[in-house]
Amino acid sequence: MIAYIARRVLFFGLTLLLTSLIVFAAVRLLPGDVETAVLGRGAEPAARAALRQELGLDLPFFVQYANWLSRFLQGDWGNSYSIKAPIMPLVMERLGNSLRLASIAMLIAIPPAVLLGLLAGLNEGKPFDTAFSLISLVLVGIPEFVMGIILINVVALEWKLLLPSASVPPDASFGEALPRLILPSLTAAAVLLAYIGRLTRVGVIAELRRTYVRTAVLKGLRWRQVVFKHVLRNALLPTITVIAISIGWLISGLVVIENVFAYPGLGRLMVFAIQQRDLPLILGGVMISVTVFALANLIADLLYAALNPRIRLS
Amino acid sequence: MDAPILSVERLTVAYRLQGEWLEALHDVSLSVAAAQTYGIVGESGSGKSTLVQAVMGYLSANGAVRQGAITFEGEDWLHAPRRRREQLWGARLSMVPQDPLSALNPALTIGEQIAELVMRHTRASRRDAQARAVEMLKRVKLPDPEGIARRYPHQISGGQQQRALIAMALASPDLRLLVLDEPTTSLDVTTEAAILDLFAELQDNHRAATLFVTHNLGVVARMCQRVAVLYAGAVMEDAPTETLYGAALHPYTLLLLRAVPRIGDPTPLQAIAGRIPSLRQRPSGCVFAPRCPVALERCHAHKPPLERAADGHLVRCHRWREIAEGTLRLEDESAELKRREMGRAEIAFFDQLLSGEPNGAKATVMRAEHVRVRYGARGILGRLLGAKPPFRAVDDVSMRIPRGKTLGLVGESGSGKTTFARSLIGLIEIESGTAHLLEMPLRGTPRQRAKATLKAMQMIFQHPEESLNPYRTVGQTLRRPLMTLLGMKRAEADRAAADLLRAVNLPADYLSRFPGELSGGEKQRVAIARAFAAQPALILCDEPVSSLDVSVQAAILNLLAQLQAQYEVAYLFISHDLAVVGYLADYIAVIYRGQLVERGAAESFFTPPHHPYTEALLASIPLPDPKAKSRRIRLPDDQPSGAVPSGCRFHPRCPRYLGEICRAQEPPWQRDDQGRYYRCHIPPHELAELQKEDGA
Repeated sequence: MIAYIARRVLFFGLTLLLTSLIVFAAVRLLPGDVETAVLGRGAEPAARAALRQELGLDLPFFVQYANWLSRFLQGDWGNSYSIKAPIMPLVMERLGNSLRLASIAMLIAIPPAVLLGLLAGLNEGKPFDTAFSLISLVLVGIPEFVMGIILINVVALEWKLLLPSASVPPDASFGEALPRLILPSLTAAAVLLAYIGRLTRVGVIAELRRTYVRTAVLKGLRWRQVVFKHVLRNALLPTITVIAISIGWLISGLVVIENVFAYPGLGRLMVFAIQQRDLPLILGGVMISVTVFALANLIADLLYAALNPRIRLS
Repeated sequence: MDAPILSVERLTVAYRLQGEWLEALHDVSLSVAAAQTYGIVGESGSGKSTLVQAVMGYLSANGAVRQGAITFEGEDWLHAPRRRREQLWGARLSMVPQDPLSALNPALTIGEQIAELVMRHTRASRRDAQARAVEMLKRVKLPDPEGIARRYPHQISGGQQQRALIAMALASPDLRLLVLDEPTTSLDVTTEAAILDLFAELQDNHRAATLFVTHNLGVVARMCQRVAVLYAGAVMEDAPTETLYGAALHPYTLLLLRAVPRIGDPTPLQAIAGRIPSLRQRPSGCVFAPRCPVALERCHAHKPPLERAADGHLVRCHRWREIAEGTLRLEDESAELKRREMGRAEIAFFDQLLSGEPNGAKATVMRAEHVRVRYGARGILGRLLGAKPPFRAVDDVSMRIPRGKTLGLVGESGSGKTTFARSLIGLIEIESGTAHLLEMPLRGTPRQRAKATLKAMQMIFQHPEESLNPYRTVGQTLRRPLMTLLGMKRAEADRAAADLLRAVNLPADYLSRFPGELSGGEKQRVAIARAFAAQPALILCDEPVSSLDVSVQAAILNLLAQLQAQYEVAYLFISHDLAVVGYLADYIAVIYRGQLVERGAAESFFTPPHHPYTEALLASIPLPDPKAKSRRIRLPDDQPSGAVPSGCRFHPRCPRYLGEICRAQEPPWQRDDQGRYYRCHIPPHELAELQKEDGA
């Protein structure tokens, strides 16, 4: 088990290192140059050269990479070209917002997803299962902005229950922020619920067909015991991995939802950075979402191992 | 006699498939008394699994009892509501399933899985239940029962898993009926013998009625007092075991008994032609008539009733009286059947195909010298990235196979026998040592090898459904080696493919069929035809009959023997079954944990002295003869894996363990008078004496 953890952590580090290299290289390959972005179109060649030297852009690629990496690791992420402010606090604030949205969405989505998926799987082929499959497919299929706009129109504009915009003042308390977060969380939760629910259903159906379930039934255990003690535990193992992966999606992939609700999350910041060709900001943003993503996967792997004796005890 | 514990009366079970009801069991009756062991023997498709499910009250959702009754301890079990069944399952009737690993929940400890049953049916506290679990594990003779109780299924060996399931099945003090569903089929033969011993011993204690379902005629002979022979959903014959094995009256029973290979018996096996009819194609007359060599018109027209031939002897055949009186003898007609199968004129073209010294006239076809094969990565980085620690699966194996002869390689699962074959054919790298085929070195992957090498060696696998491409017709499958390896043109290859099919006794119209449309035996015939297509000098046969039913197995073995006699192909015949190997092989080698421990000519192979491991293998095989005495040599269950033992690899399990020398020194090869070699510290005459004393 210790070897397993060591291996996973090693993989985690390697993943981050490799991604940082790829992202760093990719950012360098973006069309357009930094000088124009910073100094404007009509800048003097001398000023351009001075800037290049100041930013270290005249050095060889790997030296640039090493310099950037060492500064990055020390918490010096540089200044944004476009906002002219240090990057780290900016990204961290947005990350906090995104995490808040993500955790609410997961709290809303996961318990009903597992429950509904379990019920659908146990009633495979019956009306409940058919209805579940149909509705979840629709939910997965509806684009997020459509779902968001429907929610805004119905809940906020028609029923006037909540505000349509989710832009939260930075100093707002959680209690003040919560009502504004409900609609965007619901939008994200809808997709997540459908997705995790479908996965749970498939897992439950697959486990029900395994022979150990027959052994459990023929011990005379009550059906409830068979389901909760034997089936669910094994059926949820793959779900854990998917939940972890969806954390990554919730952190950096919610651009559309953030835009619909004008929510200041990490995704919107990234889009802004790309539009502005703000290279340091892009780098910082991508690195932080990759880290969150990899971390979620690491936790999922460790959790999976802890719940699965085949890995835990090997 | 006491009232029976279980009685099944005129039971008919059907499955609903695509809107149609298909009968899987027809008019089956049986009753089992306390302390009685009742055997149900049948091949695949006989309906034995359906019978087990019906008796357990756990038919699959699309199955239904159409007729008949099941009574359990005088209670209407067939119509018992789910609540009632839950009360009795595990308490009064329980089952030991076939594949122990998949029958255990991978996420719960062994102890917990037994304790939960105890808690469900008694008022025991969790603590008492766990104590009971440990007690049961001790009763099934598991070493370190407390330790096993804390372990998870994947941490113990297959034999230990099966013992744990037996412990679970017997955990209830009120047990009345024990259903054993092929309980030893997935185990190695030495483990099987030990588990059968355990059943026999436990039965004296629990006195429950036992229903023992199996395809293995040897197991039935050893374990059961009474046997019902099931074929295509109906009972063909039902008799006390000795009667059934000594004076069977049904042609199917008689033929089945002649299809089983027996240790040291070279008499040709008699195969049963044809195949068991599928659920859709059940004949309206006698279900066995289409394959029966003595079927008459009325057999095809009318279903025979189950008649009482003698006290306690039931038989379902129109002609049983003739068989009982001795006026109808099966020998003649089935001998004719055999001749028809053996001597075919149509193979003339096939003869031509393989004639003219196709592969050189060298006496030795294949020689391997000190071959070692290992799995797993060597480097530290590989280990860090999750590769398994290196494990040497084949360690210093040398052998020679002469032209046109068969070398049988016998070993249990994990012995390295398949790995050795895979290393020869290039699917896994040979670590050190050399192997030559017709003096061509065997090196590199199949892709890197010369066409001549590929052509000269072919392979037949255990599971034909996995080795045949399901999207290619039989014709396409056979044409490919003919065109790529022999360079035939399309039309020529088509003709040769048809001839190949005829040589393996399949009709030529099978060329356009897909593997999915064939039975297991037919698929294996196609695989054999494909192996022969390239005119090889050597065919590696990896357990080619172990997934087949007895009646089909005999036909395939005979076919292999016949083709070898005609074309002088050599076989490396790999199997766990010494009886099968003994039937076909000219030479036998026994492999244990990657090393050969014994080798010699097949004729003298079944007389002592033997390597103690071979001795245990021989003593473990259940013989299809109820009068045969079971021999005493038994091995302790193998551990799931672990390091290779020092000295002699067999010493931790060896029944003839001498002491320090076995642990410290690798034993030398010894030669007996008959020219057989074995690797043991005990000299030949001494070993022979010991083994003769024990009746081996």
